[in-house]
Amino acid sequence: MGAQKKGATARVSEDPEELARNPLQAILLADSFATTFRPITLERPKVLLPLVNIPMIDYTLAWLESAGVEEVFVFCCAHSKQVIDYLESSQWSSQPNFSVATIESHNSISAGDALRLIYERNVIHGDFVLISGDTVSNMLLTQALQEHKERKKKDANAIMTMVVKQSKPSPITQQSRLGTDELFMAINPVTKQLLCYEDKAEYSKGFISLDKTLIADNPSIILHNDKQDCYIDICSQEVLSLFTDNFDYQHLRRHFVKGLLVDDIMGYKIFTHEIHSSYAARIDNFRSYDTISKDIIQRWTYPFVPDVLCGSTAIKVERQGTYRASDVTLSRSAHVGSFTFIGQGTKIGNDTKISHSVVGKGCTIGSNVTIEGSYIWNNVTIEDGCQLRNAIVCDGVIMKSGAVLQPGVILSFKVVVGHQFVVPAYSKVSLLQQPTQQDSDEELEYADSTSGTGELQSEKLNGDIAPDLSETASELGTGGVGYIWSVFEGVQDEEWRHSVAPIPTDKLVKLMLDEDEEQLTQDGNVLSASGELKADSDDNGSEDENNEDSRDDYVFFEKEVEATFLRAVHENVKVDHAVLEVNALRLSYNMASVDCAGAIFYSMMKLAVESPHSSASELLKNAAEMITKWQKLLKSFLHDIDEEIEVILKFEEMCLESAKEFAALFPQVLHLLYDKEILQEDAILRWADEKEGADESDKVFLKRSEKFIQWLKEAEEEEDDD
Amino acid sequence: MPDTQALVNDFLNKLKKRKIEGSQATAKQTAELLRSVISQTRVPYTNQAAALIQSVKAVGEGLIAANPVELAVGNVVRRVLHIIREEDLSLTTAAMAGLNLSAVSDDEDDVDGDNQPVLSAAAIAAASRSTLRPPSLQTLLEDVPDSAAVPHTSSSGGDSEGKSKSADKSSRSRKLKHDVIEAVNELIQDINTCHEQIAEQAVEHIHQNEVILTLGSSRTVLEFLCAAKEKKRSFRVFVAEGAPRYQGHLLAKELVTRGLQTTLITDSAIFAMISRVNMVIVGAHAVMANGGVIAPVGLNMVALAAQKHAVPFVVLAGSHKLCPLYPHHPEVLLNELRSPSELLDFGEFSDCLDFGSGIGAPLLHVVNPTFDYVPPKLVSLFITDTGGHNPSYIAEIYQLFVMSLRGEDMKFKSEIMKTNCIAGGNLVKS
Repeated sequence: MGAQKKGATARVSEDPEELARNPLQAILLADSFATTFRPITLERPKVLLPLVNIPMIDYTLAWLESAGVEEVFVFCCAHSKQVIDYLESSQWSSQPNFSVATIESHNSISAGDALRLIYERNVIHGDFVLISGDTVSNMLLTQALQEHKERKKKDANAIMTMVVKQSKPSPITQQSRLGTDELFMAINPVTKQLLCYEDKAEYSKGFISLDKTLIADNPSIILHNDKQDCYIDICSQEVLSLFTDNFDYQHLRRHFVKGLLVDDIMGYKIFTHEIHSSYAARIDNFRSYDTISKDIIQRWTYPFVPDVLCGSTAIKVERQGTYRASDVTLSRSAHVGSFTFIGQGTKIGNDTKISHSVVGKGCTIGSNVTIEGSYIWNNVTIEDGCQLRNAIVCDGVIMKSGAVLQPGVILSFKVVVGHQFVVPAYSKVSLLQQPTQQDSDEELEYADSTSGTGELQSEKLNGDIAPDLSETASELGTGGVGYIWSVFEGVQDEEWRHSVAPIPTDKLVKLMLDEDEEQLTQDGNVLSASGELKADSDDNGSEDENNEDSRDDYVFFEKEVEATFLRAVHENVKVDHAVLEVNALRLSYNMASVDCAGAIFYSMMKLAVESPHSSASELLKNAAEMITKWQKLLKSFLHDIDEEIEVILKFEEMCLESAKEFAALFPQVLHLLYDKEILQEDAILRWADEKEGADESDKVFLKRSEKFIQWLKEAEEEEDDD
Repeated sequence: MPDTQALVNDFLNKLKKRKIEGSQATAKQTAELLRSVISQTRVPYTNQAAALIQSVKAVGEGLIAANPVELAVGNVVRRVLHIIREEDLSLTTAAMAGLNLSAVSDDEDDVDGDNQPVLSAAAIAAASRSTLRPPSLQTLLEDVPDSAAVPHTSSSGGDSEGKSKSADKSSRSRKLKHDVIEAVNELIQDINTCHEQIAEQAVEHIHQNEVILTLGSSRTVLEFLCAAKEKKRSFRVFVAEGAPRYQGHLLAKELVTRGLQTTLITDSAIFAMISRVNMVIVGAHAVMANGGVIAPVGLNMVALAAQKHAVPFVVLAGSHKLCPLYPHHPEVLLNELRSPSELLDFGEFSDCLDFGSGIGAPLLHVVNPTFDYVPPKLVSLFITDTGGHNPSYIAEIYQLFVMSLRGEDMKFKSEIMKTNCIAGGNLVKS
C-alpha cells in the first residue's frame, strides 16, 4: 500500500486539475474474438470460465480495482447477456470508488470494432488501460502510468505503453510457457521505445527483418526473444480515434501495433514498460490456462489467490500448496496431493488420488479415481475407477464408472462419458455439434457463430439431448451423450502445442531430432510473403544466425524460385532472364543446379495444379502447356543424368504430398517429359532401377509407369539390335 | 447508516487485499472504524448495550474473516466489546445506586417524572448479583455464558426488567454511547502510544556496552532502542536483514541516522554472531494465550540460537497484540503465504516453470511464509505497555491488565478458530 499511496500523492502534486477531471479509466474486452476455447465458449463466454474456481474476469477486475482504476467499461459481445448478468449479481456492481459499466454489442467481430464502438460512445476522457477480461496480473500501475504521462508530455506522439515481462521461450518448441509463439521485439534500451514486434506465426522461422532507418535512427537496439507480451496497454485517447480512422484495424497486435510501427507518416510511438517482480499474463489458449492456473496455485499472483479472493475462512492453504474449502468430504483413504484445489461441498471417495488439479464446487468423485493435472469445474460427477490426466472437464459432466480421459481432452458442459469409454487424447467433446468449417479465419468465425448462439444453444440443450441419445451412444460409449469434434485438417499436428497436457516426450525428442518437419508445417502458411521478405533482410543483414540447417535453406530457396517463376509467368519475363535470376538465387543460397531443376519443376507443376481445371485430362493439358512453354528454363539446369533423376524424384514426392491429383497422371507426365526431351531415357531407366530395390510403398509410381518403362526398354533393345 | 457501511466495506477490502500492513496500523484503523460504527448505531430505548454489541459483532466478524491472519483485528474487536460491557456494567451499577437512593427518598429523585419504577427487592438482588460479579477466572471458566445476564437480568423478575431499563432510558441511552465512545478513544490512544510506553522501560533492560541483536524491522524495537540511546546508554546493535523482505536494511538505516552503532548481518550469520550478543530484542505479530509468539519469519531460528547460547530472548508487544487464543497448527493456520516473486525473479526462472514440457508438474516450488511460530519456552521475557512479563503468565497478564475475558467474547472468536482447527485436524488425519 505504501507505494500505491506515495504514487497517488505524487500524481496529485504533479497535476492536480488533470487528476480531478479524469479518474483513471479502463476498457475491459470481455470477448477474446478468437476460437481457441471452443467448444466451451459456444456455451459460456471465456471471461466467465473458472480459473482455479473463480471466473477469469474477477481476477482482472480485482486487479484493476486494486491498481487504482476507478471506472471500467466492460465490452461484451459474445454471450453478452451472461456477462452482464454475472456482473450485475456480483460484488463489482456495488463497489465504492469503482464503477463497472457494460457496453453491449452484437455485431463486433474484433477488438478493433469494439474500440470503434467505444469511441462513438465518447466515454473515455483521458488515458486508459486497455485489457482483455482474461488477464491475470498483480502489477502496480502507478509507475507505468507515470512514465506514460511524462512521455506524453514531452512527446505527443507517445500514445501507448505496452507492459512486457521476461519469460524465456522453450528452445525446442519455439513457444513460450504460455503456449504462444516465440515473440521478437526490438526495443531501444534507453528510451524503451518499441521498434519491431513480430510473433512467429506471421513470419517463418529463421530471420526477421528490421527497417534500415531503425538502425540509423537508434544508437542501440536490443532484439529480445524472451519477452512476453502481457496484453496490458496504457493508451492515450488518440488510440481510439486511430482505430476509427483506420477502419481496417481489427487485431490489437497484428494490425494496430504493427500498423503504427510501420507507419512513419504519423510518427506515433509505442513504448514498453517491463515488470520484474510482479506478475501478468493472458490466457490465450488451453496451455496458458494450465500454466496460469499453476502460477496462481503457486501464489505468483498474490494477493490474487483463491484464499485471499474468497476469504480465508472459506478456503485454506495447507502444506505443499493444497487449497481446500471448509466443507469438503474427504474419505480417510483418499489422497489429495500437492498443488491441488478442492472446492466447496465436494465429496471424494476411497482410495482416490488427486494431484496438481483443480476440483470445483459440488463435485462428486467416486472411489479409486485417479486425477492428475486436470481441471474439473463445478457439479461434476465422476464415478468409481475413472482416470483423468491433463483434461478439462466443464460443469455438469458425468463420467460413468471406468471411463478414461487421455491427456488433452476437453469435455464441454453436461457431456456424459459412457461406461469404460476411453476418450482419445486431445479430443474435444461437446453437446453441440461442430459448426461447419466454412470459414477459416478464426476471428470471423467466432463472432459469426456467437451472435445467435445464446438462444440457439439453449434450445439445443433442452430439446435435443433425448433424441440424440441413441444416435451418439456409439460416439461416447454406452449411455454417453455428446459429439466428439473432429480436428481441422492441418491443425491436428499442432494440437499438442496448445493443449492442457504437457508436451509428450516423444514429440520433444522428435522436434529436437528433426526440426525441419516443424519447419515445413510452419512454412505452409507463408508462401507469398517470403519473396520480399528475403530481399529486405538481405539488405539489413539482420538475419537470425542460429538456423543454418541446409534443409531449411532449401525450403527457402524453393520458395524463392517459385516466386521468381510465378513472376516470370505473370510478367512474361524472357526465359533467359528467368534463367539468370534463378542462377543468381542458386549462387546466393549456395545450391547446386540439381536443386534448381527440382525447384523449377516443382513450381511449374504447382502452377499447373493451381490453374483451373475440371478433369484429369485438362490437368494434363495444363501441365503439357506449362512444360512446353518453359522447357527451355528447365533444360538449362539439366546438365546431366543425376539432375534429371532429381526431377523425377521431385515429381514423385509431389504426387505423394502436395499435388495428389498428379498421382494418376504420373506415367503420362513422365512420357511427356520424355517426348519433350527434358528427360533422357537413361535417366528414366536408372530411376526405375534404383526404385526396384525400394520398399513396396515406394514403388507405387514405378508400377504405374511400368508399361512406359517396358516400352522404353524395348525401344532401347531394338536400337541396340539395329 | 450508509456511510458507515461504505467505510466498513472499504476497510474490508483493504484487509482482503492485504493493503494494510503492520498490526499497529490495523489495530488503530479497526478501533476507529468500530468507533464510527458505534456512533452511527441507532440505539433503542431498551437494551442498548445489546444493540451496540450486536452491531459491533456483525462488523467484527466480517473484519476477522477478511484477514484471519491479522490477529490484531480480532483483538481490538474483543476489546471494544469488552468496553461496551464494562460501561454498561458501570452504568447499571450507578443506576442501581440511584435506585437505592430513590427508594430512600422517593419523591425527591423524580427526574423522569411519571414512570418512576418500583423495583422488587428480588429483582435488585438478581441484577446486582449478575452485574456486580467481579471478573475472575471462574467467570472465564464457567461454561454457562452469562451473556444473557446483563440484558435480561433474570427471568424471575420478568416485568422488573423493562421497568429498570425504562428508568434510565433518557439519561442512559445517550450516556452509554457517549461513554463507550470515550473509552474507545482511550483505546485508540493506548494503541497510539504503546510504543512510547514500551520504550520507557528500555533503560531497565539495555545496559552499558551491551550488544543487542534484532531481526527485520519493527517500529516498537526501533523506538525501544532509541529510547535507551536517548538515556545516554551506549550499546551496539546487530541487525539481521530479514530475508526476503530485507526490512532490516531500513532499520539499520534508521538506527544509524539516530546515532546508534549498527552492524548489519545476513540472517544466516545469526548463529555465528549470537555468542557475542547480550540480548535479543524483537517485535512480534501476535502473542498467543500460551505465550507463544507469531513473529516475522526467521525468528524461530533466532530464538533457538539464543537458547543455545543462553542469550535472553525478549519480545516487545503492544497490548493490542495480545490474543486470548491458543495456537493450533500455527505454522499453517496462522500463516500467510506471500508471492514467490519476493524470493526470485520470475523472468529468470521462467524456464524452470514451463509446465508444457516434462512431466507437466512444476519441479520448482517456492514457499514464502510470512510468519514463524516461536514456542513459549524459547521466550525469556515479554515487554508490553504494562511492563515486563514471563511468558507463562501471559494469559493472566491478559486477564489483569488488558481485559477480563468474558465467555461470550471468547466464543465469538473461537467459533472461527474451531472451524480452522477442524480443517487442520482433517489434514492430519488424511
